[in-house]
Amino acid sequence: MDMVDIRDARKTYEGGFEALRGASLQIREGEILALLGPNGAGKTTLISAICGITQPTSGTIRVGGHDVVKDYRQARNLIGLVPQEINLEPFEKVANTVAFSRGLFGLRRNDALIEDILRKLSLWDKRGAAVKELSGGMKRRVLIAKALSHEPRVLFLDEPTAGVDVELRRDMWAIVEELRQDGVTIILTTHYIEEAEAIADRVAVIDKGQILLVEDKDSLMERMGQKSLTIDLTEPISSVPDVLSDYDLVLKDETTLVYSYDINAERTGIGRLMADLSGAGLYVRDVSTRQNSLEDIFVGLVEGDAA
Amino acid sequence: MNWPAVASIYRFEMARFFRTLMQSFLSPVISTSLYFVVFGAAIGSRIDQVEGVSYGAFIVPGLIMLSVITQAISNGSFGIYFPKFIGTIYELLSAPINFLEIVIGYVGAAATKALFIGLVILATSFLFVDITIQHPFAMLGFLILTAISFALFGFIIGIWAKNFEQLQLVPLLIVTPLIFLGGSFYSISMLPPVWQTITLFNPVVYLISGFRWSFFGMADVPIGFSLLAIAGFCALCLGVIWWIFKTGWRIRS
Repeated sequence: MDMVDIRDARKTYEGGFEALRGASLQIREGEILALLGPNGAGKTTLISAICGITQPTSGTIRVGGHDVVKDYRQARNLIGLVPQEINLEPFEKVANTVAFSRGLFGLRRNDALIEDILRKLSLWDKRGAAVKELSGGMKRRVLIAKALSHEPRVLFLDEPTAGVDVELRRDMWAIVEELRQDGVTIILTTHYIEEAEAIADRVAVIDKGQILLVEDKDSLMERMGQKSLTIDLTEPISSVPDVLSDYDLVLKDETTLVYSYDINAERTGIGRLMADLSGAGLYVRDVSTRQNSLEDIFVGLVEGDAA
Repeated sequence: MNWPAVASIYRFEMARFFRTLMQSFLSPVISTSLYFVVFGAAIGSRIDQVEGVSYGAFIVPGLIMLSVITQAISNGSFGIYFPKFIGTIYELLSAPINFLEIVIGYVGAAATKALFIGLVILATSFLFVDITIQHPFAMLGFLILTAISFALFGFIIGIWAKNFEQLQLVPLLIVTPLIFLGGSFYSISMLPPVWQTITLFNPVVYLISGFRWSFFGMADVPIGFSLLAIAGFCALCLGVIWWIFKTGWRIRS
C-alpha cells in the first residue's frame, strides 16, 4: 500500500513563486525514501504541504489513505516531523517539551515511552535541563524526540544531519533502522548523498518543484551505473596506442589509463582489454574499479534537466 | 474536539506563567500599590467622594480593569506570537488540532492569568481601602468576560504582529489611552458635557462602568449597555479569529 500518495501537488506562494509544479510521488509503507534535490528545489515545501504547515494550491495528498486537508486529523496522527531548523522553546525543560508534543496529538501521558525515547537519543541525563542550555547537536536530538513522542507511522526528516556530529549521525541512523524494523515509513531529505546511498530503499529526485525520478536505489545505481577501471602502468606512455583506439580509454597521466564501461553490458570488455594491453607491450602494475556514486547520477539528472 | 491537546497547550502556557511568577505577580501588585498611593492617598484626599463612594474605593474597579485588560492582551498576544517568532508554530500546524482548539488553549491560559492578576489586585486593594462588593457574582462574571474578550483581542494582535514592535503598538497607542480615558480614575459625570458625549464612543467606558456597578451599584451608563458592549466586543473578536483561521492569514502560508 502507498503510505503517502501525492498527486499533481502545486504550490504557488504569494508573490507568484511556484515552489511545487505538479509534483507526484507515491511512497510505500515501511520504506525509507531519500528525497534529493538542490537548494530551492521544493523539498521542504513538499514536506510542509504533507504535514499541514503549508496549504497546497491544488492537487491531492493522502497519508495512510487520509486526505491531508479534509481528514487532517487522521492524516496528521500518523505523521512525525523533524524540521530542518532548530525550532524549540528555549526556556522549556527537555522532558516537558517532549511531553507537550505528545499531548498535542491528544495522547495520554506515557512516561515510560518518553523515557525510552530520551534514553535512545542520549537525552535522558538532560531531561531536566532547559533547552537553551543544550548544544546544537543535543537540540536536534530534542527535535527528533518530539517527533517520535506520539509514535508516528510516517517520519519526515528534513535535512536531519546538516551540521550534526558523527556520533549523533550514527545514533540517528540506528534509530531510523529500528523504526524501519517496526514498519515505520521514513522520508528524509539530505545533502549527504552518501547517506541516501547507504540508508535509503528508494531515491526520489526533485528539482524545480517536480519529481524527476523515483527509483529503487539499487536499480538506479545499476541502470545508470557506469564503472571505471583505473589501470596503473609500469612504464610511462605519451598517448593511448592506436591498437587500443576501439576502447573508451582516457590517459589520465603518463602512467594511468582510465577505462569506462557499463556493468550491465553483456560484455564489459575487461578481459579483452587486458589481453590487448599486453599485446601493445604495456605492463600493468595495478588496477582498481570505481562505481559511479548516486551523486554523479544526481548531478547528471539535475544538469540534464537544466540543459 | 481534541481536548487533551487543548489541555496540553493550556498547561504549557500556564507553566510559563508560573516560571516567571515573580514578574507576573509582583509587578501588577507593585504598580497597583503605587496607584493607590498616588491617586488614592495623595490626590484622593482632595477629592473626597465620588457619587457617595470614597475616591480610594472608587478607583478600585478601574484599576482592576486596567490590569486585567492589559494583562489579557499582553498574555494573549505573546502566547501565540512567541511560537511564530521562534518557529515552534510548526508543531501546532502539523498536529491533529484545529484552530478552535489552539484558540481555547492559548486564550484560556491568557485569560486565566489576567483573571488571577485581577483577583490579586482586588486582594491588594483590601489592604488600602474599605470596600464591599454589592454584586460579587456579576463582578466575577464581568471580570471573566473581560479577561476572555481581551485575551482574544490579544491573540489577534499576536497573529497580526510581524515583530515585537508591532506587538506593543496596539496596546500602547490604542488600548492604554482608551482605558485611561475610559473613566478608570473618574466618573464621566465629572467631565464637561461635550466630553461626556465624546467619551460614550469609547468602548472601555461601558466595561468599567458595568464593573463599577457590580461593586457599588452605581454606573455611568445603564448596566444593559455594558453587557451589550462586552458581548459585542467578544463576538467581534471571535468573528475576526474565525476569519483568520479560515484563511490561514499570517499563520499558514
